[in-house]
Amino acid sequence: MSAFLAIVWRELRRAWSTGGLLMPVVFFLLVAIIFPFAIGPDGRLLARIGGGAIWAAALLAALLPVERLVAPDAESGVLDQFAARGLGDGSVAAAKMIGHWLGFAPPLLAATVIAAGLLHVPGPVLGQILLGLSIGTPGLAALGIVTAALVAGMRGAGAIAGLVMLPFAVPLLIFGAGSTGDQPGAFKLLAAVSLVYLAGAPAVAGAAIRMGRS
Amino acid sequence: MSAGLAFRDVACLRGGRLLFEGLSFTLAPGDAALVTGPNGAGKSSLIRLAAGLLPPAAGEIEGEGARALLSEAAALDPELSVASALGFWAALDGRRDAVPEALEAVGLSEIARIPVRLLSTGQRRRAAFARVVASGAPVWLLDEPANGLDTASVARLEALIAAHRADGGIALVATHLSMALPGAIEVVL
Repeated sequence: MSAFLAIVWRELRRAWSTGGLLMPVVFFLLVAIIFPFAIGPDGRLLARIGGGAIWAAALLAALLPVERLVAPDAESGVLDQFAARGLGDGSVAAAKMIGHWLGFAPPLLAATVIAAGLLHVPGPVLGQILLGLSIGTPGLAALGIVTAALVAGMRGAGAIAGLVMLPFAVPLLIFGAGSTGDQPGAFKLLAAVSLVYLAGAPAVAGAAIRMGRS
Repeated sequence: MSAGLAFRDVACLRGGRLLFEGLSFTLAPGDAALVTGPNGAGKSSLIRLAAGLLPPAAGEIEGEGARALLSEAAALDPELSVASALGFWAALDGRRDAVPEALEAVGLSEIARIPVRLLSTGQRRRAAFARVVASGAPVWLLDEPANGLDTASVARLEALIAAHRADGGIALVATHLSMALPGAIEVVL
């Protein structure tokens, strides 16, 4: 258990110290800022599409850290050292997923408040977006770890990561953005999708790590 | 410490190519094996088999006691100091206190606070070896431990392996350089 926590903590520390936290947040804000430029300064229109725009931006921002989640550790032998100590690949993947979420979600939620201001999103809707992102980001983190494990060591991994991850992220986007309207069922469906991804990710990512080793 | 490592009729298949087969040897406490062979003969694969990172294509591998692996990759976080990077692994092994002594043993005490990314090839190799020393594991699996080391460091490495064996440890060493391992079993691939 202490090994698990040590890996979670290491993920978090590396995300902070290598600047891996700031980039997705800045990128997220940039995407959110682009929408008013593209659509025009119509406050009411922006407020109406704001929730969807923030969710789309969050999805794209979740893609950015994927390349540094597993590949550097596979290359530098860290994953081999975990395995040589008898730590299961699935547990390592689960610890990485939790560490990734802890580093990724809170700054994203903070940036969401700023983005909501830029997009004229009203207060109650902002509350729904924050709740939705709190439920949906664990699912995004799970997808991120799986994708990272699958594409680790590939040439052009970044582009492939997008192709692998985005289709699976569509349900999160649909129910996440849907939850910002008056569709109360969307939160439950969002939570269901997020849970399925969370439950499946350690096994799938662990298998991918194991296959990458041989 | 109780330790053991046994290969029984082990075969290794990599990328559809048979690297070796029918390989058998047994190491008891205090034993060492020196794996030699030309490039690509499967020395590193043999170490990875012993570490449990690869499944054998045939045969059985049995080990007793924790194993410490020195592979080609250092597995030390480049942004951390040498002591902190080693400390992470030592904490995983439940031996956080062993780091200063291990750094002393490999002669890196003076640069314990330097970030790993600034180390030279040989220093990085020694830092990775310090992790093996600090682990306290009875079975050492060393892949090319002498690569990039100067003669003084190689002598220190040999002395550390000898001391480890005298303590009842086991060393499986794969190398293409000549190393003094008195009484070691020779495994030629």
